[in-house]
Amino acid sequence: MKSKALKPEEYFIKDEPFYQAIGDEIEIFEAAYKQALPVLLKGPTGCGKTRFMEHMAWRLKRPLITVSCHDDLTASDLVGRFLISGGETVWVDGPLARSVRNGAICYLDEVVEARKDTTVVIHPLADDRRVLPMEKVGEIIEATPEFCLAISYNPGYQSVMKDLKQSTRQRFVALEFDYPDAGLEAQIIIKETGIDAETASLLVKFAHMTRDLKGSGLDEGASTRLLVHAAKLIHEGISPVVACKTAISQAITDDADMMVAMHELSSSLF
Amino acid sequence: MARQALSSEEIIEILDVCFDVEFSFIKSEKPAELIVTQTRTNQDFILDLTKRISATNEELALQFAMNSVKALDAMDKHMVEAWAMTSTDNYDRKGLFPAMSVIRELDSFVHTAHVNACGSVLDEEISVLLPFAQGLSGRKLKISESPDNYAYTDTETIFLPAITALLKESKENFLVYKASVAFLWAQIQFGTFRVSFDDLLNAEDSEIQLKKFYALETIRLEACIKRELPGLHRDMQALKQQAYELDNTTVTKTENWLSIQEKLSVSSATINDTLQCLPLINEDDCPAPCCYQGNFQFEQVTEVMQKRIEKEKAYFRIALSELAKESMNGNTDETDNEETEEIPNNDTPPKFEVTSKDDDQQSTGVIELQLEGGLVAVPDHVKELMTSIFVDFGEIPPEHLFAAGPGEYDLKKYEEEILNPEDVWKGTYHEEGAELYNEWNFKRQHYHKNWCVLRELEIEPIYDNFVTDTLEKHKGLLKSLRHTFEILRGEDKLLKRQVHGDDIDIDALVEAYADVESGMEMTDRLFTKMHKEERNVAVILMVDMSGSTKGWINEAERESLILLAEVLEILGDRFAIYGFSGVTRKRCELYKIKAIDEEYNDEIKARISNMQPQDYTRMGVFIRHITRMFNEIEASTKLLITLSDGKPDDYDTYRGEYGVEDTRQALYEAHRDGIHSYCITIDEQARDYLPHMYGAANYSVIDDVAQLPLKVSDIYRRLTT
Repeated sequence: MKSKALKPEEYFIKDEPFYQAIGDEIEIFEAAYKQALPVLLKGPTGCGKTRFMEHMAWRLKRPLITVSCHDDLTASDLVGRFLISGGETVWVDGPLARSVRNGAICYLDEVVEARKDTTVVIHPLADDRRVLPMEKVGEIIEATPEFCLAISYNPGYQSVMKDLKQSTRQRFVALEFDYPDAGLEAQIIIKETGIDAETASLLVKFAHMTRDLKGSGLDEGASTRLLVHAAKLIHEGISPVVACKTAISQAITDDADMMVAMHELSSSLF
Repeated sequence: MARQALSSEEIIEILDVCFDVEFSFIKSEKPAELIVTQTRTNQDFILDLTKRISATNEELALQFAMNSVKALDAMDKHMVEAWAMTSTDNYDRKGLFPAMSVIRELDSFVHTAHVNACGSVLDEEISVLLPFAQGLSGRKLKISESPDNYAYTDTETIFLPAITALLKESKENFLVYKASVAFLWAQIQFGTFRVSFDDLLNAEDSEIQLKKFYALETIRLEACIKRELPGLHRDMQALKQQAYELDNTTVTKTENWLSIQEKLSVSSATINDTLQCLPLINEDDCPAPCCYQGNFQFEQVTEVMQKRIEKEKAYFRIALSELAKESMNGNTDETDNEETEEIPNNDTPPKFEVTSKDDDQQSTGVIELQLEGGLVAVPDHVKELMTSIFVDFGEIPPEHLFAAGPGEYDLKKYEEEILNPEDVWKGTYHEEGAELYNEWNFKRQHYHKNWCVLRELEIEPIYDNFVTDTLEKHKGLLKSLRHTFEILRGEDKLLKRQVHGDDIDIDALVEAYADVESGMEMTDRLFTKMHKEERNVAVILMVDMSGSTKGWINEAERESLILLAEVLEILGDRFAIYGFSGVTRKRCELYKIKAIDEEYNDEIKARISNMQPQDYTRMGVFIRHITRMFNEIEASTKLLITLSDGKPDDYDTYRGEYGVEDTRQALYEAHRDGIHSYCITIDEQARDYLPHMYGAANYSVIDDVAQLPLKVSDIYRRLTT
């Protein structure tokens, strides 16, 4: 079967992505969108930020352009650059420029990872000007009312280098995400993977054990995403202890003793 | 061809040197008679070890030589060496007599070796058991070695025997540890200690009552474990079965027992149910306790609990009053008021309410705090307090929920007395709170375990003119240093001819066109890219503060530090400064001037100003301590620079070859952990010993002390570029 190739701004999410609201984040996002306010999603990794964005894109019927930021990502990666084609230079829009032109939702994932010069292009888009200056072509693009900027960041990294500057964060409506409480988290796992309720609740219990170890040997506990991974493996017939080991313990730590300790915890549960 | 065995005379000759017979009057003939029967390889092995032990004590070496042949029959060489080193370790810690007894009691060592081979050793397993215990919900527990040979808990720490060797395989023995941890955790978590045991302990037949109580409570706790940790419960049952089989114990359960078992296994059963069942059973009905159950230490439990409950209540109520204050101020006003400040409405302290989302009485579930009907967001440390209180009472008692009123803020009596490191020599607590490090004995070819007692001390800042004078004095030098180092700073660099990039590289493009026109292939490297080279350097400066630096060496050292700190600030490299000195292994003092994460400010400068010469230079222990610090720092380059004025030298035996070899070993350990060491010294003789310690290229000798400030910065530049 041949897969379909689409331009990012033409890609609309058709089926509803499953998202279980924890609080009133959906209403707040919709309100911010109506008022053309940019949104900042805070929360630990794997707690559902990206899924939430997919869900909102589906709800608002806008294409979602996601940029996973990394430490080499520069402003021109976002805005665009000249390329050479047949003896001439051609301007090619970056993902941010595409979103602005087409009224898409642009989601900059883990924005603190990007290089500092990216803030230069984010700032004028994130306040009431809503414009994207394109220095190299000498243009300014006005954002359409449908355009929405969302960024995410994980405050858990706690490194001075990886902190969001006040001038940036004070332009956004902030939504805080956290792992859902036990019952809800089990429901999410069941819905995502179709495993039985008992295994799901044991998985959640295991996740809580690892989250209790945050700070005493672990940087981060098991995220909901990892639980879903483990549950999917279990659903395929892998034994729960092995699934926890491969999908959870080994994913969150390289420390041999810690891995054994987590293995002991999971084998105590299942 | 096998070499010829040594003759009795030859052996005596070697032993005479080892035993220093002229002074010790030891007769070498007897051990020689024994050793002469061995092959040459064994002879060499025995004589080598005897020599190494004689570096510690001749008498001990003699005992070893006498017993060595017997030992070689009983164990392999590796174990014989371990046996010899255990005795020298004992000598270090306890003296000659206990060391001799290790040698004499060869049989018991062989037995212990066997236990060690199949047993599980707490020291080795604690790195797994501790996170395991902390991963189980509830209070964050600690694990420690039990002074008695059984497991127990005082409700904050789980005490486990040093070695468990009940079962045949070490894996099974580890499981015993794990089961013990879970079982003792269950005692704390499921409220075994929520009642008073006075009646039980004061009863006439208290021993029988306790035995019954223990058996019944085990049923209840195992049922709890079955619900919470089904996997472990399965393992525990298997373990129990195995242990019973090993002891040939048969378990018969009477009908009465089974009915009680059913009663205590329901999820609503509490400690009170256990106590109520006591009169219902006979002593004979109780099964023998199982390997992982451990024992009770009621006195310790009561003592620890009383202290904790009072303390946590006080802390919790103060936390509540802060929460109340915050919610009244609407979270906007200053919340970091002084502790002594009164809450606004202090007639009646506000009362909080607790709601539990979880119906399950046994687990803490989700507890929420409410104030006047509104939910209060609870910070993590308060959550931990709540969990701990919940574990003690099974609820948050109503009297805990009144926020602390005015005058109830005195936490002093709950704070543990912090010993002042500077009072060490005034009192009796030499080793309390200090860190212990091994030291290498090159003669013994082995470490002295926990030999050096290291303490970190603070230097009082002195705000004098030293810093400004130094900066003024070296104004010109500083200017050029700043210039040099600014160039080094990780700036954005334009990389040309890249495959991907921000902009088109016109030069490359023109060339490419020329290539195409002339029929050659066009390159795809047509872009320019800004690249930031980041310095990821962490450096710790270890400064000799020994008495010999007194006078202008010390001054030059301090001046160098000021200048180097200035340039390090420009570079943005993380750096720490520590001074070191001490007298004997019992008193190694590391003076903190700047920790790696501290900001370089006036206080740090004032501390540099007050670096005074102290006592001696024992280097190994400080290098080991700093290596441990480095291991907690993430950096691609880790640099340890020592500023010194001479050889390692201390009041006791730490001089000459011994000191040099220990320092060398410590540097080797540091190197193993990826730390680059460099030494800057003003000792003119340093060329004789520094290459041996640091390696040929890792040191600089500065002939003129006045040059030190300039050289130090210069050397640093060379090292990191």
